[in-house]
Amino acid sequence: MAIVEAPRPLVIPEPVLPASGPMGVFKRPTKTTGWRSWATTIDHKKIGKMYGFMSIVFFIIGGCEALLIRTQLATPNGTLLSAQVYNEMFTMHGTTMIFLVVMPLGVAFMNYFVPLQIGARDVAFPRLNAFGFWTFLAGGIILNSSWILGGAPDNGWYNYAPNSLVTFAPTHGIDFWTVGLLTTGIASLVTAINMITTIINMRAPGMTWFKVPVFTWMSLVGQFMLLFAIPVLTAAQFMLLFDRRFGANYFEVSQGADPLLWQHLFWIFGHPEVYIMIMPAFGLTSDIIPVFSRKPLFGYKVMVISGIAIGFLGWGVWAHHMFTSGMGPVSNAAFAVGSMTIAIPTGVKIFNWMGTMWRGQIRFTTAMLFAVGMFTMFMLGGVSGITHAISPADTQQHDTYYVVAHFHYVLFGGAALVFFGAFYYWWPKIFGHMLNENLGKWNFWLMMAGFNLTFGPQHILGLQGMPRRVYTYLPGYGWELWNMVSTIGSYILAFSVLIFIINVVYSRRKAHAAGQYTCDPDPWDGRTLEWITTSPPPEFDFWEIPDVRDLDEAWHRKYAEDENGRVVRVAKIEDVMDKPTGVIPHMPSPSYWPLVAAFGMLFIGYGIIFSLALCAVGGFLLFVSLVAWGIEPSTEPGVHPVEPLTPDSGESGVAHEIHEVGANV
Amino acid sequence: MSDVALGHDLHAESHHDYPGLSPDTSTGISHSKLGMWIFLASDCLLFGAFISAYLMYNGRAQRGPTPSDVINIPFTSTSTFVLLMSSLTMVLAVSAAHRGEERRTRLWLIATAILGASFIAGQVYEFTTMYREGLGYTTNIFGSSFFSLTGFHGVHVTVGIILLLILVSMSFRGRLPKAKAEVVEVIGLYWHFVDVVWIVIFTVVYLIHK
Repeated sequence: MAIVEAPRPLVIPEPVLPASGPMGVFKRPTKTTGWRSWATTIDHKKIGKMYGFMSIVFFIIGGCEALLIRTQLATPNGTLLSAQVYNEMFTMHGTTMIFLVVMPLGVAFMNYFVPLQIGARDVAFPRLNAFGFWTFLAGGIILNSSWILGGAPDNGWYNYAPNSLVTFAPTHGIDFWTVGLLTTGIASLVTAINMITTIINMRAPGMTWFKVPVFTWMSLVGQFMLLFAIPVLTAAQFMLLFDRRFGANYFEVSQGADPLLWQHLFWIFGHPEVYIMIMPAFGLTSDIIPVFSRKPLFGYKVMVISGIAIGFLGWGVWAHHMFTSGMGPVSNAAFAVGSMTIAIPTGVKIFNWMGTMWRGQIRFTTAMLFAVGMFTMFMLGGVSGITHAISPADTQQHDTYYVVAHFHYVLFGGAALVFFGAFYYWWPKIFGHMLNENLGKWNFWLMMAGFNLTFGPQHILGLQGMPRRVYTYLPGYGWELWNMVSTIGSYILAFSVLIFIINVVYSRRKAHAAGQYTCDPDPWDGRTLEWITTSPPPEFDFWEIPDVRDLDEAWHRKYAEDENGRVVRVAKIEDVMDKPTGVIPHMPSPSYWPLVAAFGMLFIGYGIIFSLALCAVGGFLLFVSLVAWGIEPSTEPGVHPVEPLTPDSGESGVAHEIHEVGANV
Repeated sequence: MSDVALGHDLHAESHHDYPGLSPDTSTGISHSKLGMWIFLASDCLLFGAFISAYLMYNGRAQRGPTPSDVINIPFTSTSTFVLLMSSLTMVLAVSAAHRGEERRTRLWLIATAILGASFIAGQVYEFTTMYREGLGYTTNIFGSSFFSLTGFHGVHVTVGIILLLILVSMSFRGRLPKAKAEVVEVIGLYWHFVDVVWIVIFTVVYLIHK
């Protein structure tokens, strides 16, 4: 076999270890299967899968909350929810969908695919990556446990102060919101540091900045925005927490505090946040559309630069959320102009997606349908967004259902749709089998119908004057019809999500019946580096780090121009794929400490809410685990964590031998 | 003349075995150093938000004590000087670590930690004095925004001291050889950042108070 002929030791450089042995309480975990392998994993692909799984779980929770809201509003004088529970419901729906669904789903795809797209074997800080996931989960648990521990937050996802102070919100709900989101904020921060470092520092040889795939580029821009946005929210949340728990006066109006402080700090975070959520979606659309149009992305550099432009302009628009707060005409005008400006780079993207499809050989697979659905729906949301930028008009629309319709068109119609598309596109890469295309098309069309029926009528309701966040309404305002349509639409939308879950289970069963890894390694004729490794990829992603010569490297390995200038296929994917070299690359070892540290965060979180004694326990756990984490070497000497993945078990002997030599050096 | 020679040496080192240069990364900067820079960029915004809130509320307290009642510029100038000197000792520690002089590295790390601890002691004294003069955390809007801002900085310094002490204990166990000098440098970046932030806080809170 060719395997034996490639003895080049592709070993990650050995860290220079001190003379003394490693220290630690726990024996280093070595399992590669079972729950322990998931709890201790630092493999970016497993962590990506866990992010994806938990996002879907939270998506279902947030979706049920949405269905309860819509059921309550289906008819006038609804009695399903009380006013208080309704407030809790929409607060938790918004907070869950933003912080526990759209953000981590973007991170799930980033975690899995950024290293694959840049030809790296893992992220820059694998243990920090695991810590980020477990901390995110701790935050999600803290936030959602509020339902059973004394009442959920009830003040909206933006949680305006002073309405969130103890006087007006006496339960612990707001504390759960603050502490839960501080915890997920820490997770986001470490993930941002990790992803940015990975993309800047771990690109394969030859991958210059303008050969980086657009998904990776947009992830980088989004993570930079997150890096600068999340500390502002953190600061605001600390102020709120100190006001509520320790009697500080940041938002105490009787002490001279200004309610606009919270609004400014929150929206300085909050508006970049919407770009943080949409950036990975832009990147996914830009990766999916060229593959199924069989054309390179139209205006790649302009796409990248417009993404960067959005990354900068996104910081100058936050106060368009505050046009009715009385900031004054100069501020209103400046932010109105800023908000309109950002439509330009966004419009460039829409035109370039259309330009990519123009005269392409389009294949309308489910993934392509979702990508096209994304940019059409996102464009509708963008158009209603422009109407918000006109500040006199916004005064009329503010706090009506028109705003609800707008941001669901950009967040569900934009981000969520293409995330579903990405599931269909990358499922074979992640799991080695396809999702069923017929069910996928049912999923897409029902989702489009349900989505438009749910949120389309809300434009009308909003312009008719129906305010947001009312738990019921009286008959006779002319809102009955469209509310009923919207509620019916939401059930169709929920049914389409159910079809997706059925598809996942069905496709998995079918694939297992036929022998698990049934699909072509390159089912879509892909363009980017993730398609030149096996599906699913080995733990170390690539046997040999690829040499990158072109943008769309995988495509250029398969196709070339003949003498007449026509593009012809010159190689099968099997010929240009990453091949086993017989030397298993040396990967970092799994570790318990990220999980233990996240447990510490969980205790600290509940401690802040209930009792400072719990904080001491959590702080101790956190400190011990961070020190132990710092002391243990990232790769355990003498332990090879990777089971040989190739059928020929003879190779593992070779690999271990070379590894032992490496460790002794 | 010796300065020139030293500069030449450092330059030559950076081409050959300067540990800060990592040939395995796209930029040549190691992951940990780049990661620390990125973290510090983010931390700027945390302090930025607290400083903005402080400035927004400056002079708006509904009742006393006001900054001019409690702020003691000569005392805090002294502790500021102490903190800034700790940056100098940190530089010396990094330099010693890169040269592989483990004893001297430890000496300067301990000196840095002691200077940092003196600053924290000064802050504790300052806070206690202010409390005795009637400014509690909940007294007025100035108290809340002042103690939160300077307190957050104090927590940063304290974390820095813990990191320095961990470095010292690593060095005693022989776990900080020349090849790992970059760990000292990365912690040093954090330490200098905390000092630079204090310069801003000292200026806006102490020197230009209303």
